[in-house]
Amino acid sequence: MRVLREPHRIRWRAILHNVQTAGVEALPITGLLSFLLGIVIAYQGADQLQRFGANIFVADLVGISMLRELSPMMTAIIIAGRSGSAYTAQIGTMKVTEEIDALRTIGVPPLELLVLPKMIALVIVMPLLTVYTDVTGVLGGMIMAQWKLGVDMRAFLDRLDDAIVLSTYWTGLVKAPVFAMIVALVGCYRGFQVTGSAESVGTQTTMSVVQAIFLVIVTDAMFSIVFLWLEL
Amino acid sequence: MSATTTGTRDPDAVIDVRGVCTRFGKAVVHENVELSVRPGEIFALVGGSGSGKSTLLREIIMLERPVSGSIRVFGQETVGLGDTAALPLRRRWGVMFERGALFSSLTVAGNVGMVLQEHTSLPDKLIREVAAVKIALTGLPPDAGPKYPSELSGGMRKRASLARALALDPELLFLDEPTAGLDPLSASGIDELVRSLRDGLGLTIMMVTHDLDLLWAAADRVAVLGKGHIVGEGTMEELSHSEDPLIRQYFYGPRGRGARQQAWNRA
Repeated sequence: MRVLREPHRIRWRAILHNVQTAGVEALPITGLLSFLLGIVIAYQGADQLQRFGANIFVADLVGISMLRELSPMMTAIIIAGRSGSAYTAQIGTMKVTEEIDALRTIGVPPLELLVLPKMIALVIVMPLLTVYTDVTGVLGGMIMAQWKLGVDMRAFLDRLDDAIVLSTYWTGLVKAPVFAMIVALVGCYRGFQVTGSAESVGTQTTMSVVQAIFLVIVTDAMFSIVFLWLEL
Repeated sequence: MSATTTGTRDPDAVIDVRGVCTRFGKAVVHENVELSVRPGEIFALVGGSGSGKSTLLREIIMLERPVSGSIRVFGQETVGLGDTAALPLRRRWGVMFERGALFSSLTVAGNVGMVLQEHTSLPDKLIREVAAVKIALTGLPPDAGPKYPSELSGGMRKRASLARALALDPELLFLDEPTAGLDPLSASGIDELVRSLRDGLGLTIMMVTHDLDLLWAAADRVAVLGKGHIVGEGTMEELSHSEDPLIRQYFYGPRGRGARQQAWNRA
């Protein structure tokens, strides 16, 4: 809380470090997985669409499902497994080695040094990663559409332009910072729950990942309900 | 026995613990613990394993809270003090942890420098110089500075932890088991280090230990914690004449006699 009153206490270096490890270093894996997901969706859809001669609608299928649902959720799940678990293990080990106690005795609130920078970094990084996986996912779908359905890239992009309204993009993107908060808070909270032993670090790390993914999916469902009410 | 066990407050005391009770669930750890530490003395808290001496230390340095009672450090009540209010107080003391508790992502010099960075606005160059001085003060070789805690031996880690505790020139120093897990040679080095810190820097030192050699060699006053309260308090000489069975058991085990003999020989 003191940080809100004294913004100069925000730890920029720690934030940048977390942006690097949770964001930049996650680019290859998130990009690859969403690219593959785009391919799978287009491939699965191809059969059905071909039967109705509606090949071109593969752009709607890939575009809407990736942008609205899959890309933000999948990114959050990967980050929960990659960074949420690391947060728990790091903070948990620091509890075991009394580093957290040492921080408090030298007057550095552990929340300020360990939790806040991670949370801020993830809230910055997650929407950016989501935009990036939107692109790679659609790219995967586009390549599959050309190969399997004979929809060339030009036609795909033209159709995508009609299929995707701005709200499709925003409804996906607005979830990202919320997912980021969930992953960061659950990861850090579980870390502080560690007591004394190496086994406890393992248990809490497992719980951290399971709970974060669970909460991400439940929150995603709640977003769907809210968007339904708002007719987005 | 000292006058401090009568329940009156000592106005000059650096640490003043009155009526502290601690429970973990149903287990009673402390029941009406009373002690005070005077300026410039080396005060040792001893007791068997599980006697709650480390818990008492953690309560004094505000890592844990007693169920009831009062703890004053530098005359200020610390029980229930918030983090922000505790900051000026925390800057006046340093803590050496049993296993070092060094920040594993920082070098030894980084560990010491980090404290200075947090609390002072010194330029980086000066911070590095101060850190080097503190590291030398604890008897570590200069090449220990750029090493990471994982590259150090247990004894060096304790000394590095001490260097970090000394970073802000504290008036009061807490040592948690300063010699536990060390070979005899390193341990006797710690004896001398503790005394030289008090004599050279005028520190008040409170330590938790069960090392009888260290007690004979360095402690001015010792309090024995047993059955939830202080069963005896005084100099080692006074305690060694005590009739209390708990204290006798502690000091007259085979190892206790050996340590006493050694202390006599040294004198």
